[in-house]
Amino acid sequence: MSSFIKYFTDLFSGLKSLQTGLTVTGKYFFSPWEIVTQQYPENRKKLEMFDRFKGEVVMPHNEHNEHRCTGCGICETNCPNGSIEVISKRIETAEGKKVRIIDQHIYHLSMCTFCSLCIKTCPSNALAWGQEFEHAVFDRAKLTKILNKPGSTILKGIEE
Amino acid sequence: MKFSIYDFTSFTQWVDQTLRAAMSPFWAVLIEMTVIGLAFLLFYALVGLILVYAERKVCAFMQNRVGPNRVGPYGIFQTIADFIKLLMKELVYIKDSDKLLFNLAPFIVIIASFMAIAAIPFAKGLHAIDFDIGILYVVAVSALGVVGVLLAGWSSNNKYSLIGAMRSGAQIISYELSVGLSLLTIIVLAGTMQFSQIVEMQSTGWFIFKGHIPAFIAFVIFLIASTAETNRGPFDLAEAESELTAGFHTEYSGIKFAFFFLAEYMNMFIVASIAATVFWGGWMPFHVNGWEGFNHIMDYIPPFVWYAGKTAFVIWLMMWIKWTFPRLRIDQLLTLEWKYLLPINLVNILIMAFVVLMGWHF
Repeated sequence: MSSFIKYFTDLFSGLKSLQTGLTVTGKYFFSPWEIVTQQYPENRKKLEMFDRFKGEVVMPHNEHNEHRCTGCGICETNCPNGSIEVISKRIETAEGKKVRIIDQHIYHLSMCTFCSLCIKTCPSNALAWGQEFEHAVFDRAKLTKILNKPGSTILKGIEE
Repeated sequence: MKFSIYDFTSFTQWVDQTLRAAMSPFWAVLIEMTVIGLAFLLFYALVGLILVYAERKVCAFMQNRVGPNRVGPYGIFQTIADFIKLLMKELVYIKDSDKLLFNLAPFIVIIASFMAIAAIPFAKGLHAIDFDIGILYVVAVSALGVVGVLLAGWSSNNKYSLIGAMRSGAQIISYELSVGLSLLTIIVLAGTMQFSQIVEMQSTGWFIFKGHIPAFIAFVIFLIASTAETNRGPFDLAEAESELTAGFHTEYSGIKFAFFFLAEYMNMFIVASIAATVFWGGWMPFHVNGWEGFNHIMDYIPPFVWYAGKTAFVIWLMMWIKWTFPRLRIDQLLTLEWKYLLPINLVNILIMAFVVLMGWHF
């Protein structure tokens, strides 16, 4: 007898759950003006990507053209497909100390899988995700980018 | 000779008489058959294009999207562009496939739906063939499509195809029962299997209102079972793109794939037509017994508009179901049929028989 009752309770609770689903989609159908998707080429001018969007690896610079990269090369060793090359050089400071600074931080966008390992492992938070996503170019060489801006220096207090 | 859009009987008779007067009966029948066949072919292409567009739009609205909106205003030419693309695609020859059966399968699927559509009344007198066992004929013929699906799966020499085809076989054998029994419920009420008479009997009220509770239960069961029979979601285990890539039509390309695609949509159209005809009165306008003035106003709307409207409504119901529920597993599918739909259906027929005996219908 209990299995008999269970049969009918199962049947009607099943019907009720089906009805719940149908109500949701039915409401959506009768409000076609509610659109959750982005109408991309039309809203290109005012399209804003969300915070966690992984567009490309960038190196943020502050207003004095200073970055946080020490040129330690941890991002280069951690990159699984070799899309980062850090070329560093040794210079002598005014006090006569020999320090390492980056000459070029080269990023190959064409090889990047956007895994985020370089950004997560950077000890001085020098790298970040940029929001740019329109990467199509006619020349492959344009996908190789130098992330440190020309003439930029390291922010004071980051070294070692 | 006076023709009207409310009754095509005089028009078809006039065509028949003119042809028979001009030539021998053999040629007259041959020409009539060719003309009707061509008309149905044209109708197929048209309905297929419209339904694919409608499905994509309905699906988009139910998911809060816009849907196709690039080709033409509101994307109405999208399906035509897709069709041209399909026609130009290469027909890939599959190594070690059974060539004859592989090429035959799409035609069997499309012929099954072609045979079924012949029995459907579109308006008064607009009816390719009016069998006195119309419902039995349609149920029998629409089940032939699964032979094509099985052949396609078997001859493709592909495991996914074979699994998809076998699932489709199990599914159709199970759900054919429910389709037949839910139609039988209405046959008990109507007392006939002839489509023209079934429609004629609903001039005093559609069967879903006349037969009230049992008719409504039968309609819901028919809707579920026929969705399963046409291999549409949530019962699209035969295709199951997330498990079997595309199931039985994995190996098909170009126009042969288009045949399967078209047959799926035509089967949906046929099933919706049958539901509209048997439960919602087909081309019969909305009549309430006794309200003469109201009935008269309703008669001004042409029958094929009523038919198209009702069919569109049932198609929309099927799309609503498809785009709401996730796909069933094969064991859930069989449980639903054998443990729920079939017993409910049998009890429902009993209730309907009782209602008819006691005269409790309207």
